Amino acid sequence: MAKYYIYHDPTRCIGCLACEISCMDWKGLPYGEANCRIFRFGPDLVSGEPDLTFMYTSCFHCEKPLCVEACPSGALVKREGDGIVVFREELCIGCRACITACPWGIPQWNRNVGKIHKCDYCVDRIDQGLEPACVTRCPVEALKFVTVEEASKLKRMRWLKDTFGRPVAPLAQY
Amino acid sequence: MGTTKTVYSICGMCSVRCPIMVEVEGDRVVWISGNPHDAGMGTALCAKGIAGRALLDDTERPLSPMIREGERGAGRWRSVSWDEALDYVAEKLKAIIDQYGGRAVLLSDRGGPFGEYRKAFLKVIGSPNYCNHDVTCAVSVNHAALSLFGFGRKTFGYDYKNAKHIVLYGRNILESIKIKTTKAVIEALDRGCKLTYIDPRYSVTASKATRWWRIRPGTDYALNLALIHIIIKEGLYDKDFVSRWVNGFEHLAKFVEEYTPEWAEKETGIPAREMYVFCREIAQDAPHVIFHPGWMRARYRQAFWESRTTYLLNVLLGAIEVPGGLFFMKGPKDAGKKGLNPIGENLPKVEEKRADGAGWKYPHINKGPGLLHRAFEAIRTGEPYPVKAYFVHRHDPLTGLPDPEAQVEVFKNLDLLVVIDVNWSETAKYADVILPECTYLERSDLIATQKGLKPGFRIRTAAIEPQYDTKPGWWIYIELAKRLGKGEHFPYESIEDLWEKQLEGTGITVEQIKEKGFITLADQPIWYDRSKELPFKTESGKIEIINKKWEEAGLPCLKPYEAPESPPKGKFRLLFGRCAWQTHGMWMNNPALHPYLKENVLWINKQVAQEMGLRDGERVVVSNNGYAKEMRIFATDLIHPEAVFMLHGFGRTVPQQTRAYNRGVADQRLEKGLLDVYDPAGGANALCECFVEVKPVS
Repeated sequence: MAKYYIYHDPTRCIGCLACEISCMDWKGLPYGEANCRIFRFGPDLVSGEPDLTFMYTSCFHCEKPLCVEACPSGALVKREGDGIVVFREELCIGCRACITACPWGIPQWNRNVGKIHKCDYCVDRIDQGLEPACVTRCPVEALKFVTVEEASKLKRMRWLKDTFGRPVAPLAQY
Repeated sequence: MGTTKTVYSICGMCSVRCPIMVEVEGDRVVWISGNPHDAGMGTALCAKGIAGRALLDDTERPLSPMIREGERGAGRWRSVSWDEALDYVAEKLKAIIDQYGGRAVLLSDRGGPFGEYRKAFLKVIGSPNYCNHDVTCAVSVNHAALSLFGFGRKTFGYDYKNAKHIVLYGRNILESIKIKTTKAVIEALDRGCKLTYIDPRYSVTASKATRWWRIRPGTDYALNLALIHIIIKEGLYDKDFVSRWVNGFEHLAKFVEEYTPEWAEKETGIPAREMYVFCREIAQDAPHVIFHPGWMRARYRQAFWESRTTYLLNVLLGAIEVPGGLFFMKGPKDAGKKGLNPIGENLPKVEEKRADGAGWKYPHINKGPGLLHRAFEAIRTGEPYPVKAYFVHRHDPLTGLPDPEAQVEVFKNLDLLVVIDVNWSETAKYADVILPECTYLERSDLIATQKGLKPGFRIRTAAIEPQYDTKPGWWIYIELAKRLGKGEHFPYESIEDLWEKQLEGTGITVEQIKEKGFITLADQPIWYDRSKELPFKTESGKIEIINKKWEEAGLPCLKPYEAPESPPKGKFRLLFGRCAWQTHGMWMNNPALHPYLKENVLWINKQVAQEMGLRDGERVVVSNNGYAKEMRIFATDLIHPEAVFMLHGFGRTVPQQTRAYNRGVADQRLEKGLLDVYDPAGGANALCECFVEVKPVS
């Protein structure tokens, strides 16, 4: 069952690309081809107000991962225990079926080795008690590596804080 | 795999120099992050810092000493040994010194905490001509501070984390990343701190602001005069602080009388009523407010006065030596500790006047970093005396200063041009000799003093040995000094010898500093008592509204406002800036960063573009006085109609940098004729005092 989540806070995010470069650097991916991707909306006028918003996208580690179902060689596997969809590069045959199957465009092509690559939450780091590379080096703590339950709570608190412009805390903790 | 180790060091990908942690396996750097021992930093690192590993593997940079063959700029090089290169430089230098004296040698760098040996080297050869890059950065801000407080800009730090309102004038604090600052600002905003951002162009910083004022370019001074007008007229200023610490307040009050918000609205395009609302709002948050006086403010002839009035807004609101405001940076002495020892032994005193006129021809200009553009004038004219050798140390005037073509003409008067760098700079292309410095990951440097509320020392330690035939800067200059018969001033063989000398008598060992990469000399933050002991260094011991030094130089401290010229039709004021993953034109060719931004684009006002028949994304020709290049436009409402904007550092001309070569447009090449245009009171180049033409590609 999925345990973890990378929570992205667009209110804090400054679109600095540190997460992408961090991923690429740690994973040894072709330059410019990170597993996580930051996109921007704007800069533009939205209902007359200037706006620029950044969105972080990476693997959702689905409960029913279509990439795993599509993979004929067992290179993509949902890990027992924490539900991370891991990628075993040595088993990948480069068929790209996962690229077709994934509705979110998560698996990408590694031109250096002729295989795919995708986010595995830096499972080697997590197993050492560390956090994913993108989260570890985010300059403004816009990325947080949390449990899925925690992610929903953080998101609710962000929504309340931005709506009412005041600090917010869970009810019982005072 | 080999042995593993962790080294706490200092990043070198930009001039900010953030604290880092480097993990090494055998002879390979496998991971770089922020130094987690520094609470304000954590493991955070910016894109450039992470790309430090890609720099190590990048072979498109000078990897051994090189002596030029053929004409300057011809691009033909001979790789030589260090002995041959250093002998060659020393011999040329000797001939120049014999004929013209030591004063004929100029050196420029990007300043910073590790450069003591470079200044010491100039002293031992008898030259007063050290310059840093500051004419295209903060020199006018520095002089604004000197004129008010008697000390330079670096004496104040900024307590962003506790601020209630931060005001920034084009200081793009969330894209020109200094991690601890950026993080502190984001923390403050998340806590409810307000941010007013003033810039003709919308940036990431603008996107997080509570208020973005799309000011007409070049009118910051008008805005400030009106803000001061309101604050004084409505009695919103900190009367206790002002009466205790300000000398000449009445002059200021009288001077701003005529500069009403209604008048400033016409100049700036900012509605007067918004100025009133802003002043009343910020007075509520005083003194926990920060008006940042600017960093890269080398943009307009009035920079000194823009910055000076920005400082004054802090002063009026009492935001000095207070949490959430500006604070005095404390040194080891404030903590009751001994500071670092100078490294030069028995350095001679250099009495010679500076070639750039700082301190004598321009008595108000600080002799420390001088004025590089005036030093170039001395090279060109031979006045006040010939300057024949120029050392460029990890600095790139042909990228940073305006009008490279004019600079190359100036360099023709030099007998020797030496470039010391880790990278191919535009200036390196014209060097006689290139002495490649090893990267910051392969280099140990001098121990540096870290001033702040808790002063300390910090250290850059080599994580690995140099991978190519490159050397640390300190070694290069000591070797040169030895060859010039001046070795006795630098009795050192290794960095360990230098560290030992620096730390002698401090009671601190280098191992103690290396343990975390820094050491703090105070347990608690040090604050001065602001009711009685603020150490202003002016004649009166107070903040001087009128400073005699400037007045006597014919530069009124309260200068009447002069409106900037509006560009004629089809022409625009050229603005420039940077993004979070590039800096100072240094890493356009970095293999990891290059794929993200290969060419810069031209921001232009959407309505203006429509009137010109231009569609978003279309290619245009941007030109000024002979330099013309094509680029793509980004048509947007979020830039002032008088301005166009591009990221700085593109349009590289060094063919060895195959990725970045000839990609995009070089803003400095469009700044034709600006080498001699500068702010007379502060000294900075006025890089935005030019108009460029924009035309569709025919």
